[in-house]
Amino acid sequence: MSFIPHTKEDIKEMLEVIGVKSIDELFSDIPKALKPQSFNIPYGKSEFQVTQALHNLSLKNSTGLVNFVGAGFYDHFIPASVDAIVSRSEFYTAYTPYQPECSQGWLQAIYEYQSIICQLTGLDVSNASLYDGGTALFEAMMMAIRQTGRNKIIIDSGVNLIYRTMLYTYTSNLSVEFVEIPVVHGQSSRGELFKCVDDKTAAVILQNPNFFGAIDDYGDVVSRVHKFGALAIASVYPVSLGMLKTPGEMGFDIATGEGQSLGIPLSFGGPYLGFMSVRKELVRQMPGRIVGATVDSDGKKGFVLTLQTREQHIRRQHATSNICSNEALCALRAAVFVSLLGKDGLKELAEHNYQKAEFAKEQLACLQGVEVKRSSPTFNEFTILLPRNADKVVQQMIEKGFACGFPLGRFYKGMDNYLLIAVTEKRTQEEILKFVASLKEVLAC
Amino acid sequence: MNIPKNLLYTKDHEWVRVEGKNAYVGITDYAQGSLGDITFAELPKIDAVLVQAKHCATVESVKAASEVYAPLSGKVLSVNVELSAHPELINQQPYQQGYFFLMEFSNDSERSVLMDAASYESYVEGISK
Repeated sequence: MSFIPHTKEDIKEMLEVIGVKSIDELFSDIPKALKPQSFNIPYGKSEFQVTQALHNLSLKNSTGLVNFVGAGFYDHFIPASVDAIVSRSEFYTAYTPYQPECSQGWLQAIYEYQSIICQLTGLDVSNASLYDGGTALFEAMMMAIRQTGRNKIIIDSGVNLIYRTMLYTYTSNLSVEFVEIPVVHGQSSRGELFKCVDDKTAAVILQNPNFFGAIDDYGDVVSRVHKFGALAIASVYPVSLGMLKTPGEMGFDIATGEGQSLGIPLSFGGPYLGFMSVRKELVRQMPGRIVGATVDSDGKKGFVLTLQTREQHIRRQHATSNICSNEALCALRAAVFVSLLGKDGLKELAEHNYQKAEFAKEQLACLQGVEVKRSSPTFNEFTILLPRNADKVVQQMIEKGFACGFPLGRFYKGMDNYLLIAVTEKRTQEEILKFVASLKEVLAC
Repeated sequence: MNIPKNLLYTKDHEWVRVEGKNAYVGITDYAQGSLGDITFAELPKIDAVLVQAKHCATVESVKAASEVYAPLSGKVLSVNVELSAHPELINQQPYQQGYFFLMEFSNDSERSVLMDAASYESYVEGISK
């Protein structure tokens, strides 16, 4: 889009048309106390000066660190072909097409994305994407509340605290009753969970692998939840589905998750990708756009937006959600990324992650004073117990060139000495060994 | 247009067939015709408590989704399960196989705000003009 500046004459002319004398008068309805006193933007710097200033600011970031942090967002390799394909001018827009059926190529891409999400999660229907993992989980919870007509939500504390906080914030003015289930030995406590599930429960929300990296087979929880007529919702890490049991196989009704790991670069605040898939019976409660395949009057295959009557441009205040947008460009990245990997490639990717994490575990277990938590199997992320405060260790490791993990004390009380470490396929054996050696040095001093 | 004599009607185009303390509820021939091909009906849950003139069900066609309002207050006894597999029954037989649900109504006097067939016919003629 071209940049069209307003000249003083333009502004004067526009103000005259609407009948006000000045910009200040135009905004006179806004109380003075709410108006910014200043935008703190220096006047009249050149492009070169601004570029330099911003560049110098960016140097304050530690960008060269070898990354062992996960906690919901993972440092995976993105082939250059992903950028090349999504940057084609036919694709390079982030927004839902407004005359969707005119954009058959786009609809096909989204249809393929949906098919990939269905295959990954083992469920029947996927929508065209949502903002991110947290909003997707919120929408899943609201689906369960609408479907069951109940308002009690049981959520495992192994679900990412960022997501839990989002659910609490979104529902702060709704009457939703939350029950948090404590994590015992890194896993969801069946005793507590089974005690809380009752015929007032709308849904039980679980995460796999959970925030501590633990893998679980929630089949038993799901059947218990279904006995009470409630829904089971899983938040999952898509790369792990290359080797783990799918939410569909465990019997979950809804799967959601953060799709960043599927070809979307790590960045503070996104844009990321929320995905959601459901059992067919729930499709009318599912928010967002859904692309369907059909045939036209000549019998040729084509794509359409389907079940639009759920959406707000038709159902108004009765719509399934007021999030009608999607992350089309990020969803396209995910579709391209998974397509390029293929079925075997995705399995291989998952195995690399798993094996490198296992290798790192073995090496870390040799360090004196470090305890690797092994009560549950893990995928590419695991918890270790340090002999001292993990936050301080993280600071010291930065000086050695490593982002060494996520200190669990930030999210969980009494876990100040615990560190959550993620090892993706990008970490080489050499990096892992150097990481362990550096940690040894840090712990020694 | 088919407007059976033995039924009562609302301004929102629901019909009611009273049988003792119970009543069958559906949408009228005029309603189904205006909606076009119906694809789905979201019915109330059994035992749901209904309040007259409040939203109780939703009907979706290829071009719109519309709310259905309870013609009387009361409790849902059973719903027409056939509609989930055959929503087209609402188009084909709006007053018989295409009914929505059976309810037990709680307040007999509420019937007075409903229209008989003749009043409904002139009401529909009025909005058609």
